[in-house]
Amino acid sequence: MNNTTPIKNYKLELSAAPHIHSKWSTKKAMWLVILSLVPVLISSIIFFGLKQLSIISVSVAFCLLTELTIKKLRKKEVTLDDGSAIITGLLLAFILPPNFSLFATAIGAIFSIGIAKELFGGLGFNIFNPALAGRAFLQAAYPVSITTWTKPNYDVDTITSATPLAAYKFDKISTDLSSLFWGNVSGSLGETSALAILIGGLFLIFIGVVNYRIPLAMILSLIFFSAIFWIIDPFKYQNPIFHLLAGGFLFGTFFMATDWVTSPITSKGMWIYGILISFLIVLIRNFGGLPEGVMYAILIMNSLVPAINRFTVPKIFGEKK
Amino acid sequence: MNISKTLKSFKGGVHPKEFKFLTEEKSFEILPTPKEIFIPINQNLGKPPKILVKKGDEVKCGDLIAEADGFISSPIHSSVSGKVIKISKEINVNGFPVQTIIIQSNENEENNFLPKLNLENVTAEEIINRVKEAGIVGLGGASFPTHVKITPQKDKPIDLVLINACECEPYLTRDYRLILEKTNELINGLKLIMKALNVRKGIIGIEDNKPLAIEKLNNVIKNFEEIEVKVVKTKYPQGAEKMLIKAITGREVPPKKLPFDVGVAIQNVATAISIYEAVVEGIPMITSTLTVSGLGINEPKNLIVKNGTPLKNIIEFCGGIREDSVKIVVGGPMMGVSQFDLNVPVMKATSGILVLTKDEVNSFNETNCLRCGMCVDVCPLNLIPTRLARFSQLERYEDANLFGITNCMECGTCAFTCPANIQLVQWIKLGKQKVIQMLNQKSAQLN
Repeated sequence: MNNTTPIKNYKLELSAAPHIHSKWSTKKAMWLVILSLVPVLISSIIFFGLKQLSIISVSVAFCLLTELTIKKLRKKEVTLDDGSAIITGLLLAFILPPNFSLFATAIGAIFSIGIAKELFGGLGFNIFNPALAGRAFLQAAYPVSITTWTKPNYDVDTITSATPLAAYKFDKISTDLSSLFWGNVSGSLGETSALAILIGGLFLIFIGVVNYRIPLAMILSLIFFSAIFWIIDPFKYQNPIFHLLAGGFLFGTFFMATDWVTSPITSKGMWIYGILISFLIVLIRNFGGLPEGVMYAILIMNSLVPAINRFTVPKIFGEKK
Repeated sequence: MNISKTLKSFKGGVHPKEFKFLTEEKSFEILPTPKEIFIPINQNLGKPPKILVKKGDEVKCGDLIAEADGFISSPIHSSVSGKVIKISKEINVNGFPVQTIIIQSNENEENNFLPKLNLENVTAEEIINRVKEAGIVGLGGASFPTHVKITPQKDKPIDLVLINACECEPYLTRDYRLILEKTNELINGLKLIMKALNVRKGIIGIEDNKPLAIEKLNNVIKNFEEIEVKVVKTKYPQGAEKMLIKAITGREVPPKKLPFDVGVAIQNVATAISIYEAVVEGIPMITSTLTVSGLGINEPKNLIVKNGTPLKNIIEFCGGIREDSVKIVVGGPMMGVSQFDLNVPVMKATSGILVLTKDEVNSFNETNCLRCGMCVDVCPLNLIPTRLARFSQLERYEDANLFGITNCMECGTCAFTCPANIQLVQWIKLGKQKVIQMLNQKSAQLN
């Protein structure tokens, strides 16, 4: 540093105020997110077996590898230690079906980091949540295998079963709420156990990495909108608690929609964003061709974030409106 | 006293580590008069005063050496008896070279102070004139000439005098020690300000991390119906004028307006005490009270020093600095100025000298903005720091102006919080200056 001037034997740093910094750093926040995913990791192993670690490792490894390669190609500083690529790898794996093809997992990871993140300029500049973008890509590329679900606690690939959302949507078969809470149902690796997700998600809110606004807005709005349809026709449409616990809602709420980079920065914007995501989820689940709508709802709202930020600029202190 | 849990405050803000324990139990010590003092003349906001002395002049402690130049300007008095040996441009604590009067002190103990006025009989006009004569400036940081702030304005009725006793900057304990050691002077100072402005209500606003001071104040004000102590939440920047007025009165000072516009006159603890001393004891503003602290200084202290004392004398008096020190700051850690030359002198409004070690500074490399929104959440003025900083980096000053960059009070809360360690307030300060220049040019063209 050339802005140091020695005074006698001391080298003093010169800089503008403030001269102290809070406990927060990007790296610390990212590693805390990784820590918060541990309960989800454990739940995926409990319900779908140790062999799922292969999907998780492939996803994380290819995310890291892709980022490393692109940083080298772009001659940028390699910042793998910030943990962000590991998070993308974990998140992508957790929203894939158990026993998903490892090759396809790798393709998804490459797309997540290579296209959705680095092509847009890297960490902080991506518009879409990288893990969700990778999942959307795989949904288009492998439409069948990505909707082939293994029954929990079976170690044989051939025993498949519908997810609770699909079972109700297409066959009106209900799943009991306690299974949904514990996670003993078919679904994506990390999405089935409401308990594990809540432990990690509430931890993030408690320590301050995640602001409570988006999760709260999503949960209240999901209950509100799904209740409207449920009251209209309780047989055709599922009840709000089912909507809350089933599918990828809670995982999306705590780990996807709250992604710093792809969510609004203003307080009002966070509320609007959360409310609209759940509104879209209810629409897609109740009226769309697919049983689940969390991924598309969040991706659609990701694209609206710049607009939301623009129209929710807070009133400056003391300003009259 | 029931200090409820639902203390008043403001939206946003942060809780930096306080480190007040380093000096809060230490009484003021008086620094011996240095052999040479350096009195820079830019010690007030507004126009610098005109120098009245020349090289070779003999001066006594309290002699006027620079007179006010216009209404928003403050005179300066010699803080020692001695001989003017040089008048030249020297670096001051803000890092700029300014005209400085250098005086070699002698053993002469004689003072040339102002005549004492009677506390009970003094008139509003006499108070205002005395405050002006004594060269009192705001000691909360801005060093705005105080007489301007205690002169009533016809179109702006004032109904409250507020004493800012928050001292929300970490480390600093000057105001806290003053409250404990000069309680009566503070209360009488407040009464003088109320008299000058013809206001019947006085409130002392203080953060809840100072229970001893609160107790002491409450004991003293029992006899005064018109004075009240109000406790607010400990949070940075609670001591910012706008934030304290909001917490105490619920009134919001609009953008580009002053406390006067919402009927409040606000003064810092040290300023109120200086007003008392100037009026009742006839002492012009020739000393600074300050906290010397930080983990890098060997003996943290609260000190009374002569205006113009070089930092090095003070640091030597406090046992010198530790080897792992990385930064010396004049002022608080959130808004103070880092120093590169220990020969610079303290000024009237210097409230602290901090010697910080690497651990306290906690600096690390900047990364991209992650749009986490933490800076938006903590900004007490509801600005969007990340966007303002970006506009400043891109030199998009029109946009910066549109998003209210000139409202920023530079409290540093955003940069303190930013997990990516982006130099938010620093970029905003730069952008703010450029925007003000741009607006001035525009209005000049229009005229």
